[in-house]
Amino acid sequence: MDYFLELFSSGMVRGSIYALIALGYTMVYGIIQLINFAHGEIYMIGAFVALIVSGVLTIYGFSGVSILILAAVIAMIYAAAYGYTLEKIAYRPLRNAPRLSPLISAIGMSLFLQNYVLLAQTPDFLRFPELIPEFEFMEPIAHVMGSAELIILVTSAITMIGLTLLIKFTRVGKAMRATQQDMTMARLVGVNVDQVISMTFIIGSVLAAIGGVLVASYIGQINFYIGFMAGVKAFTAAVLGGIGNIPGAALGGIVLGLAESFAAGYVSSAYEDVFAFGVLVFILILRPSGLLGKAVKQKV
Amino acid sequence: MVGYFKQSFLVSLWFVFLTFPLMVVKVNTLKNVVEWRWMNMVYVAVGAFVLSFVWRWALERRQRKTKEAEFSDDVLAKPTVGQRLLEDPKVFKPVLIVIALATLGFPWLVDIYQVNIMVLALIFVVLGLGLNISVGLAGLLDLGYVAFFAVGAYTYGIMNSFWGFGFWISLPVGGLMGCLFGVVLGFPILRLRGDYLAIVTLGFGSIAKIVIENWEELFNGAKGIAGIPRPGLFGLEMNIEAATTYTYYLMILMVLFTIFVTNRLKDSRIGRAWMALREDEIACVAMGVDMARTKLSAYALGAFWAGLVGVIFAARNTYINPNSFTFMESALVLSIVVLGGMGSIVGVIIAALVLILMPEYLRAFSEYRMLMFGAVMVLMMIFRPEGLISNVRKKYGGRKSPTEAAHG
Amino acid sequence: MRQSVFKKFVLVALLSLLVPVTASAADTFKIGVAGPHTGDLAPYGIPTLEAAKMVADQVNAAGGVLGKQVEVMPMDDQCKPEIATNAATKLVSQDVDVVIGHVCSGATKAALGIYKEANVIAISPSATNPPLTQSGDYPNFYRTIAPDDDQGKLAAEFVAGKLGAKKVAILHDKGDYGKGFADFSKMFIEQGGQVEVVMFEGVTPGAMDYSAVVQKIRREKADAVIFGGYHPEASKLISQMNKKRMKIPFIGPDGVKGDGFLEIAGKDAEGVYATGPMDVSAYAENQKAKADYVAKYGKEPGTFFDQGYAAMQAILAAIEATGGTEYAALEKALKSNFVDTSVGKIKFDAKGDAEGVGFSVFQVQGGKFVELQ
Repeated sequence: MDYFLELFSSGMVRGSIYALIALGYTMVYGIIQLINFAHGEIYMIGAFVALIVSGVLTIYGFSGVSILILAAVIAMIYAAAYGYTLEKIAYRPLRNAPRLSPLISAIGMSLFLQNYVLLAQTPDFLRFPELIPEFEFMEPIAHVMGSAELIILVTSAITMIGLTLLIKFTRVGKAMRATQQDMTMARLVGVNVDQVISMTFIIGSVLAAIGGVLVASYIGQINFYIGFMAGVKAFTAAVLGGIGNIPGAALGGIVLGLAESFAAGYVSSAYEDVFAFGVLVFILILRPSGLLGKAVKQKV
Repeated sequence: MVGYFKQSFLVSLWFVFLTFPLMVVKVNTLKNVVEWRWMNMVYVAVGAFVLSFVWRWALERRQRKTKEAEFSDDVLAKPTVGQRLLEDPKVFKPVLIVIALATLGFPWLVDIYQVNIMVLALIFVVLGLGLNISVGLAGLLDLGYVAFFAVGAYTYGIMNSFWGFGFWISLPVGGLMGCLFGVVLGFPILRLRGDYLAIVTLGFGSIAKIVIENWEELFNGAKGIAGIPRPGLFGLEMNIEAATTYTYYLMILMVLFTIFVTNRLKDSRIGRAWMALREDEIACVAMGVDMARTKLSAYALGAFWAGLVGVIFAARNTYINPNSFTFMESALVLSIVVLGGMGSIVGVIIAALVLILMPEYLRAFSEYRMLMFGAVMVLMMIFRPEGLISNVRKKYGGRKSPTEAAHG
Repeated sequence: MRQSVFKKFVLVALLSLLVPVTASAADTFKIGVAGPHTGDLAPYGIPTLEAAKMVADQVNAAGGVLGKQVEVMPMDDQCKPEIATNAATKLVSQDVDVVIGHVCSGATKAALGIYKEANVIAISPSATNPPLTQSGDYPNFYRTIAPDDDQGKLAAEFVAGKLGAKKVAILHDKGDYGKGFADFSKMFIEQGGQVEVVMFEGVTPGAMDYSAVVQKIRREKADAVIFGGYHPEASKLISQMNKKRMKIPFIGPDGVKGDGFLEIAGKDAEGVYATGPMDVSAYAENQKAKADYVAKYGKEPGTFFDQGYAAMQAILAAIEATGGTEYAALEKALKSNFVDTSVGKIKFDAKGDAEGVGFSVFQVQGGKFVELQ
């Protein structure tokens, strides 16, 4: 039982990070039906910026919480800026192109950003400072859930609740939902669709940056490639939950995280990716539009 | 004009801001030193300023074109200069002869290294043509194509190391295995829509690699399979040079065969069905096309070619390990198809030669290779989605008479 | 008309084949340095390249070898077999004299056949796969690093003897190198018979975290962990083990024993064991090489720098001794003369493994790897 709980907690931690990144995918997809393949790179860039900022601040004598806050905020700002620019360059000119075009453009952007960071910074792994301090937390069961895990879970829960509130109750959120339902109609009633799309990218990128900083601080290392695998997994999570559906992304992330954790724990960690994708294929065969996705009737 | 300058200046400022932490700052946390690379900032500023001009000009040009397209109704049928040249028999024939001669004489004109990389390029030509069937013709985005390539390569590797089968028996078996895997994997997933299909195939690609890595008994895991014989010729002993030249001619035949088959397929009943499915699934099904079977045939045929050249790939390298079958290779083949123009055979050939040979000749710039790939994929999609050489559809019937065209 | 031109053309082409390739009277010694210089494995290839360039620069500044300059020809193989064969044929077609490389065992296997046929000697700084030397298939292959089985044996003995562990978990990164080390550790532990291998498993490099694996180690009640792989995964594992309050010894191979590991793992590194080439920092050659590197690049050299440096020194010494690059003479020189290199005084045995290099166990103490006696 203890072992089960341990695996469960690991799965939840991993899953909540997947969920954070998956939200970015799913929001973008919901509005413009585009797989933003480069979203994982935004997560990576967020982590890199946080590393650089905290490095500079440490050298200039800042300490503790001020570094964490500044690094996280600047990372979010930069992630948002990258997300915004990404949309403007790679996706906006393709708004009315055939479906495959923006997807290929997104894959291109993903390769580009990875190699941009590789060339501008380093191909090596870098140590990521432990920005989030460890504290005493129920020490007897720290092996099940320590302070670091707790912080990841709490932060992602708060972020997701915040996002839900934002979408439910604010003007921007309303505009987003309107655009998601019918872009033309939204435009007709005075929603600035371009702005809404930019906003979606910005919000998604900020979430990815939060995930990036959390994971990097938890794992303690980053390199230019972390975004790719995390992106693929998060995207898998989004599809699993039903792409375009925000609670679905959260659920998909958790399901995927748990599936990987239990696969690694009870079978073999060598095959955890096989299980992750296996679950995806299996669920898609049973429910082609994901766990919470509505079956879309294709209109002629 | 002043507005242009101002705008470009703002763009340049924005990019300076954007690239500042990554391009300018480099922290060494161990020694607590920060390296400020201010020169990079200047490069970014100037580069962004210039590129912003080019970008705006290109976008405007594109917009003009689409506007024109709206007014003239026959724009698709209007061939470009290149296509007209290619279709003109006076140009076409001598060009073909020169190419044929160059192809035949190639191994004797250059050294073994050139022949060797040409073989690799030709392998990717066939891969590109194979993926072209599913992506270009049928519109099924496959991000795990390399899995079938691995199936072919390992079929030969295993058949040879376990039972000592030779190249010529393994070749068709490799193709058939690729095809078989295509059918088995394709069957459950082909009813998924485009984007879902993309991620599932990506998953298959990585699953294939993981299985090869972990299943030691069969695939020899990460150690790879060594000592795979090069293609044989009636038991003739050949040194590396002769064997490479021989493989080269084999690949030429292979490419010709692939071109022949895909060309015939394109104009066949099933080829028409693929393209129709790509354009509009619902209309196509309504016209009585069996969607599952049509998609499956495209997927399996694409896989067949990958399996076939996989065998040749194993024979060329004489050694295979899972490192050759990563997502990067899938992305590479995909960019070949995209760059070449989806559905266009000549385009794919040129793109494969460029993308494989360019990094070999420009080894000094090889660090920037993946960066360029990425940029090229984005730019192609925006400015030339039809690829370097767009696919000319065979037209049936005569051209519209002038009066008809005038009426639209 | 066209036909006769074609015939002539073919005839000329054929004739040119028959003309023996005359050994170009090169005024330089061409040393190919092949390895991953781009891509995600570049950190393992670049240090060797830098080392080779440094040695070449120094030798050239001092007048070269036998009065000729040494030319380093970098050749990227990205650790992929197909690109490695390209790199190899390119080097051979450019009349390379010797090759330092390749770095990954897989790429090395793919390239060696080509060198063998062209009578080119290859000295790898890092290809530790045992069959490369032991199978006898590659007589032209040498290496300045000991093979995996030596390391695995040492790790196994260390765990059973010094640590007195009863149950050991063996993990690896599924790569050629890591899996090889893990396999040999397992083999020697099982031969020893005192220790039980309770877990043998691959982890996925690049996975988000390893906490599930760590929990599994705990469940199996292992009292030591042997990990085959490189430092990023090792430090990720250690950091997670610490987070999960697991304090059991962790032993890694020489892919872990490096400054890269200390940098990434930070304070988590404390107490970690690693097998690695015997401490060579006492050698004057090694100190000089390191100091030169730091002076030139402003940072500590990366993985396999010492081995790459030594390979270059060994081959240049052999060229100097034999007065040329003739294959048989070089072979003899490599196998009989001891040379002072940055990994100590070495020569190569009949199979191509370096004599005089060996492994010992290190532990991180006070932020440094300290050799255990």
